[in-house]
Amino acid sequence: MQEIKASMAGSVWKIVANVGDSVEEGQDIVILESMKMEIPIAAESAGTVNELKVAEGDFVNEGDVLAIVE
Amino acid sequence: MISKVLIANRGEIAARIIRTCKKMGIATVAVYSEADQQADFVTMADESFLVGPPRVNESYLNIERILEVAMEASADAIHPGYGFLSENEQFAEKCAAKGIIFIGPNSNVIKQMGSKIAARNLMKQAGVPVVPGTDGVVSTAEDALETAKQIGYPIMLKASAGGGGIGMQVVQSDEALAKAFESNSKRALNFFGDGSMFMEKKIDNARHIEIQVLADEHGNSVHLFERECSIQRRNQKVIEEAPSIFISDETRKLMGEAALQAVKTLGYTNAGTIEFLVDEQENFYFLEMNTRIQVEHPVTEEITGVDIVEQQIIIASGNEMTVKQDDLQIDGHAIEVRIYAEDPVTFFPSPGYISHMELPEGEQVRNEIAVKEDYHVTPFYDPMIGKLIVKGKSRNEAINLLKQSLTTYKVEGIKTNLPMLLNIVDHPQFLNGNTTTAFIDKYYLTQRKN
Repeated sequence: MQEIKASMAGSVWKIVANVGDSVEEGQDIVILESMKMEIPIAAESAGTVNELKVAEGDFVNEGDVLAIVE
Repeated sequence: MISKVLIANRGEIAARIIRTCKKMGIATVAVYSEADQQADFVTMADESFLVGPPRVNESYLNIERILEVAMEASADAIHPGYGFLSENEQFAEKCAAKGIIFIGPNSNVIKQMGSKIAARNLMKQAGVPVVPGTDGVVSTAEDALETAKQIGYPIMLKASAGGGGIGMQVVQSDEALAKAFESNSKRALNFFGDGSMFMEKKIDNARHIEIQVLADEHGNSVHLFERECSIQRRNQKVIEEAPSIFISDETRKLMGEAALQAVKTLGYTNAGTIEFLVDEQENFYFLEMNTRIQVEHPVTEEITGVDIVEQQIIIASGNEMTVKQDDLQIDGHAIEVRIYAEDPVTFFPSPGYISHMELPEGEQVRNEIAVKEDYHVTPFYDPMIGKLIVKGKSRNEAINLLKQSLTTYKVEGIKTNLPMLLNIVDHPQFLNGNTTTAFIDKYYLTQRKN
């Protein structure tokens, strides 16, 4: 199981994967927006998206878990 | 004459506009979001109004609320600064409808210059050189390949609705173009809801050099020479200087004339900047026009002695500007560096708490600053936390003062690009003035990777 974490404070701009999707290593799961920059947060290894912990528009802090990939 | 200005902006530019208003005896009104309650510009203004939550759509881009405050405070003019509503033609129109002066050009010009394709076609009509490329959008990969035959490689593929470098790619061959077209168009559709693309010839070893202009309603217009802004990361400027040591006096004259020709053709008024790409042979090509004050305007102020914000207010009041072309001369050399709250290698933002801060001081050192010690830099706005501007009699003198000033500049608690700036100002290619738009990719990032 891998926890997909926010690398910095910001808001969830777009969620680009659905629960149940199989994703590859490096595939974007969530796009954060911080300081006017869109920052893609990707899966570190291949797996299936098990849970999305945030919704578009949510504010997140650095280290918050965004999604779980099994 | 304008007697009360509302500043529809935040950070260093809000503070800078308030300073000039005070000098002119004009009352000031600040608007701020919940995230900016502790910011200095709020207390500097004569009056200040909370306009909404941190997110820009609910605060600094909230046109109705900002106009409501302007009416309530009886402001007779609004200065939009840069970014936010500064190039929003609807905002300019709505100000006019309420009888409030928008300190900038009319909404029609803002609209024309806001469309990359319309701007390009207007400049062609005005006789200003443009980069060889498409006059309209290219919708399919087949069209793109056909167009490539006329333009010739290398080609810069750009998203029509794009910004911040998204959907932009340089291609060298038909195969690369076909592939890049599909992926960038898809990306642009994802990001901007519009997948249309356009194509331009890629100018090799290009420099980004821009001309500052001022024009009033009485038919007077001047250019305030150039700014060299080639050193960029993520297609955003990092270091700007004036004058450019690359262009000859003859090119400077031609670029100034082209800029004034554009101003006349557009019927432009107030401050504006015409950005050009300049190739190795000093051919210059129109890139875009910014219909507002620029972040890097201080370097022009330092070498000409003109307060650009003051002239903006005089012009917006309907008066004749007090600057004449024949009186303008380049005095010395000025350099600005932008201090960004970001990782100096990955350029990822670094919001957070500033535990300690020290600024360089000196007669020829100017700080424009948005933050302070014991202050939270929030993730809601641009990462630029300040600008450091230095002036010298020569470029070398300015560089030495810049190095010295950067050494004493301290921001602790968050990551900043200060280490990168120190690295650049020591780089032999920067010292030689060999600065192209590829500078950071070519010298700084390559060096970091090794």
